[in-house]
Amino acid sequence: MSHTLKTALGVIALIALAAVGYFGLADNLAFMTQVVIMMIFVLSLDYVLGYAGISTLGHAAMFGTGAYAAAIFATSVSSDPILGILAGAVAGGAIALLSGFVLMRAHGLTLLMLSIAVTEVLHELANKYSGITGGADGLSFTPGPILGRFEFDFAGHIAYIYSVCLLLLVFIKLRVLTASPFGLAARGIRESQARMRAIGTPVYWRMLLIYTFGGAFAGVAGALSAQTTALVSLSVYDFQLSAGAVLMLILGGTGQLWGAILGTMVYMTVHQIASSVDPFNWLFIIGAMVLIVVYLVPNGLMALPALLLRWRRK
Amino acid sequence: MTGVGLKVRNLNKAFGGLVVARNITLDLAPGDRKALIGPNGAGKSTFTNLITGIIAPTSGEITLDGRDIRPMSESQRVKAGVAKTFQITTLFKALTVRENLRLPLLERRGWLGRLIRRADSYPEVEMEIDGLLKQFKLTHHAHTPVDRLAYGQQRLVEMAMTLALKPRILILDEPAAGVPSSESPLIMEAIAALPADLSVLIIEHDMNLVFKVAAKIIVLVAGAILMEGTPAEISADARVRDLYLGAHHD
Repeated sequence: MSHTLKTALGVIALIALAAVGYFGLADNLAFMTQVVIMMIFVLSLDYVLGYAGISTLGHAAMFGTGAYAAAIFATSVSSDPILGILAGAVAGGAIALLSGFVLMRAHGLTLLMLSIAVTEVLHELANKYSGITGGADGLSFTPGPILGRFEFDFAGHIAYIYSVCLLLLVFIKLRVLTASPFGLAARGIRESQARMRAIGTPVYWRMLLIYTFGGAFAGVAGALSAQTTALVSLSVYDFQLSAGAVLMLILGGTGQLWGAILGTMVYMTVHQIASSVDPFNWLFIIGAMVLIVVYLVPNGLMALPALLLRWRRK
Repeated sequence: MTGVGLKVRNLNKAFGGLVVARNITLDLAPGDRKALIGPNGAGKSTFTNLITGIIAPTSGEITLDGRDIRPMSESQRVKAGVAKTFQITTLFKALTVRENLRLPLLERRGWLGRLIRRADSYPEVEMEIDGLLKQFKLTHHAHTPVDRLAYGQQRLVEMAMTLALKPRILILDEPAAGVPSSESPLIMEAIAALPADLSVLIIEHDMNLVFKVAAKIIVLVAGAILMEGTPAEISADARVRDLYLGAHHD
């Protein structure tokens, strides 16, 4: 099956999935929209962590910056949501580029710690400059109609459809990017940086570019989150957001895009159900689920069918 | 300093008080087949790292076709024509043999940064991959992830990847290390089939391989060159016999 056909089938599957959510959970579209936004965020993480092997626990830095950029852009430049998304992408990419100059020189635990530190610094900056960001109160704004026609409605229909459209765009873009020579280089960097240098690749600069692209996609997710809730608060820089995204990716499986989508869907659904059943101990259920999956299917839920097939053959 | 090929003059490297390369001077002209031998800790790997740019020399000169390559990074030296294989096989293990070969071929052409077209949609690259697979007898393993190959075959993939860069200087760091004796003829065969104009420096402990493929042998001891000569001269030298080859060699 050709790559284009696989991408087309993937898009159809995503549309079908979105339609099931739209019609099946019509009274819970706000939650469904959050799932779609997280899918975009985890896809961006998959590109950085799953494909290029860049360990990070600070992906929220780009998400949060994208969210603030969209909100500030809407209040001071234009309320057009598409332009706001572009502003979020540019801001997310810019913060990844700036922090990447330092981060991409580090490895392993140092890289993890530095990525957390960058997010914490941004969190404090957002808190300190409350005149721009709204500080602890948050920054509320009213996004304009999409393409000048589609107003965000109270029930969340437009927000959901708009989010799904952006998810499809990000998915297609990442499919193209990961299949390109640049995507192959990312996989090469994940497998062996020493070998990449030995074939003449300027590894540091390539990693910086990968991190910047990943940051731009995370910025899109952040901007979308801001627009669909019409509010940005300091929580966009929460460590839990970065850590949760890593968990969702591990749950679904890294380096294959679909793992990011499946992992997000399962994690957020279980989270939603568990927290409504037991608002105090829902983390226990999430933790147990992750433990079981990682123990039984170390490569994530995407590897489950192959594993079941192997068990059946035995 | 001018000249064709790789020229190393009075190369020194010290880590604090520890001197690991002392006044190393050697030439590698096009088509040369030289081997660098020496006991463990002689400084062979350090020398390789100095040439490929992994570490910087304390003093001395390294030129390629008269051009000073010392200011160049590791990747810039590869683009200038200096390539190496690793002592311990270093491949993209989860990728197939074909993908492993595609990476250096795309990088050599400057296409590895492209963002739109599929990586496997460049006919000239795919044709060159086919040629390398045939040359190294890997055609049947083209779509196999390299970590599923036998170690000797992984060594061949590494050599093929390095050759894909079309280097002018090839440093083979212990190409037979860890390869079972049943697979070592594959390595010898591959080295014998290397392009005639390629300068090859083999760092190797396997004396059978060294004596078969090298026209000249350089003996390195404690970071300094003890002597350079033909295999016959080296094996006849009493110092080398005592220091490295031992009494068993004849």
